Amino acid sequence: MSVAASNLWLGRAISAVVGLAALYVVMGVYSSGNTLLAVVLLAVSALALWAYTSPRTGALRYLLPGIATAMVFVIFPMLYTFGLGFTNYSARNLLSFEQVTQQLREESLRQPDSERAFTLHAQGTQWRVQLAATATQPALATAAISLANAEPQTATLQAVEDVAALGEAAPLRAAVDHLPALRALRLQSPEGAVLTLASLREFAQALPLYEARPDGGLQDRIAGTVYQPDAVEGFYTSQAGEQLQPGYRVNVGWRHYARIFSDGRFSEPFASVFVWTVVFSALTVVFTTALGLLLAVLLNWEALEGRPAYRLVLFLPYAVPGFISILVFKGLFNQNLGEINLILSGLFGIKPAWFSDPFLAKTMLLIVNTWLGFPYMMVLCSGLTKSIPADLYEASAVAGAGPWVNFSRITLPLILKPMTPLLISAFAFNFNNFVLISLLTGGLPDQLGTSLPAGTTDILVSYTWRIAFQDSGQQFGLASAISTVIFLIVAAITLVQMRFTRVNDEPRT
Amino acid sequence: MPIVQSSHQRWRKLAAHAFLLVLCAAVLFPFLVVISVSLRPGNFASGSLIPAAISLEHWRYVLGFEYLGPNGEMIKPDLPVLRWLWNSIKVATVSGLVTLLLSTTAAYALARLRFRGRRQLLTGLMLMQMFPAVLALVAIYAIFDRLGSAFPAIGLNTHASLVLAYSGGIAMHVWTLKGYYDTLPVEVEEAARVDGATPWQTFYRVLLPMALPILAVVFLLAFIGAIIEYPVASVLLTQQDQLTLAVGAKLFVHEHNFHWGDFAAAAILSGLPITAVFLLAQRWLIAGLAAGGVKG
Repeated sequence: MSVAASNLWLGRAISAVVGLAALYVVMGVYSSGNTLLAVVLLAVSALALWAYTSPRTGALRYLLPGIATAMVFVIFPMLYTFGLGFTNYSARNLLSFEQVTQQLREESLRQPDSERAFTLHAQGTQWRVQLAATATQPALATAAISLANAEPQTATLQAVEDVAALGEAAPLRAAVDHLPALRALRLQSPEGAVLTLASLREFAQALPLYEARPDGGLQDRIAGTVYQPDAVEGFYTSQAGEQLQPGYRVNVGWRHYARIFSDGRFSEPFASVFVWTVVFSALTVVFTTALGLLLAVLLNWEALEGRPAYRLVLFLPYAVPGFISILVFKGLFNQNLGEINLILSGLFGIKPAWFSDPFLAKTMLLIVNTWLGFPYMMVLCSGLTKSIPADLYEASAVAGAGPWVNFSRITLPLILKPMTPLLISAFAFNFNNFVLISLLTGGLPDQLGTSLPAGTTDILVSYTWRIAFQDSGQQFGLASAISTVIFLIVAAITLVQMRFTRVNDEPRT
Repeated sequence: MPIVQSSHQRWRKLAAHAFLLVLCAAVLFPFLVVISVSLRPGNFASGSLIPAAISLEHWRYVLGFEYLGPNGEMIKPDLPVLRWLWNSIKVATVSGLVTLLLSTTAAYALARLRFRGRRQLLTGLMLMQMFPAVLALVAIYAIFDRLGSAFPAIGLNTHASLVLAYSGGIAMHVWTLKGYYDTLPVEVEEAARVDGATPWQTFYRVLLPMALPILAVVFLLAFIGAIIEYPVASVLLTQQDQLTLAVGAKLFVHEHNFHWGDFAAAAILSGLPITAVFLLAQRWLIAGLAAGGVKG
């Protein structure tokens, strides 16, 4: 066999192994309930197999690893978010209908008067479980079984002819020692009844609490109440409106969106969070740009001494990891122990409540964000001002213009146009500046009288995070709906930005 | 720039210096306070910027040694700072390598090969950067929660899940790499092609060695990005010994549990190396961020 042919066979073998491994992963993902992700992975693996075996795929071979990852971990979560926005996925409705039905059907009830005292009898390292004879039933015992671990196991009971042959019953202590294993043990009587541990001394027959009805409902054995699955709310519900916990995931259509936009108790705090998000991002951009531009102009002034040193120091806030500097400020602004209030009380005798007063909290966020953001703007503006032709300034000097005229008539108009897309990106970045809000104020102080906790300093993303992961019952569905709204807003911002970028690009091409 | 001599020049310079000095003070103030606090005894003590007494208790704390508590007994540190730092470095290193692996070839195709949909793909990658992962947190959480039930090794509370989630953020790095490949002379590769090299050999043997500096930069950028990432890590990791530094650090400055001194020492310990790396890589980071315009 030639080398080329053996390489071909080797290639096919590898493809087959990789294909099987991919299939295994896809099946695993599918069985975990992620049908959509499984489909995406299957498509990607099929594409990959084709790309790396067919001789006709050129660029795809190089693109696939990166593009596929971006698909699976960026595009797919986005689409998944849109999808979740139409479900009632939350802490109360966490599982699928099938899982909830099974869970409810496994709920059991002890059969009255079925308790039977038991004893344990050692057989080497194993044990036999004996149920003592009652007035109507003979003594029953299992074969020797291991009680070493708490894995669920089922043992068959058989009638015992000679109770004495089992040997001495172990003291109660043995039952205590093997409690986990006994809890997991199911005993099957000769009549087919199943007994489980009822107390330290007794096993008892268990019955399912709910009986499945042919119409898909569940009937409570004791009260007789019938619960029918409610596909709108995602609960088994009785006629009286009682819901069985837990609920299951169902499609709720546009309900979350209706709530966001038309339920007054929800849409009012939502609107105020939205307004603060816009104000926060816009003011941040204004402050950081103003300060950055001023510094860029100052530091381009060649007559000024020590410019490299200033530049290095002023760049520092951008170089230090954000999560560290934000937490440092959280300490500095602390009302009673923070250094900022120590200075303020020393100078003016005041101790502002930075974290509990809404206005002061917002002011603090803007101060900190300006501190964090101005170096970036300084570097950007510095690059842009350097690209302005020097002869413009020479001409203005000849005309006797001062620095203000230079700035307002030459510098500003010339850098404003190339700056616009960058300013829009900065706006979009701060629109989603979750890290700052989450680490500094956590959205607090809260607004009063809202149906879900909403903070006065919350921006949309931190508000969403609180709905999904904090104190509001993990309402993933609602949070996803809000995320979808944010996606649309960011998409709109991006469209505007692309328009400005294109306007800038056109003269060049 | 022309020398505009005016009688105001001196005063202007003085005003500029005064303004810049005040600003520098505002920038340096937090850093100085943190250094001072990390050396002051006690977690609540407040005092002058230059500590009256130097105590190393906070440094012992973050380095995991027992330290002398206020009641005179030795206390074992309750927050594993070094463990978090190690977790961060581990996740960031692996995620940097994965990013390199995924983005170098994609950038090669976009820079050198001609195929249908190339421009659209470039624009698409650009757009992807506008939508940060923080918008899809719920989905990311739900996906890894369910994946974990099939493959516990990549479920919630694993570093593998974090690396996977970060690997999606390669769009910016593909752009950085593509921009650099574009500056490399294509003639060398053409010569290799003439000598009979396959596209893969041209890429692997010719282009990659020339691109080593940018590979190092992209690795550093991905590394820093993973170290300072907070939102995704805060959702995926909850067990205390699994946390990365960015998630763990906030446990120090909790409302009712204000470990100011311990936090200060931890901040210096972890912030200093990251800042140093950042200052090294910042030139390219700024360049990458400033490449806002879509260029074909």
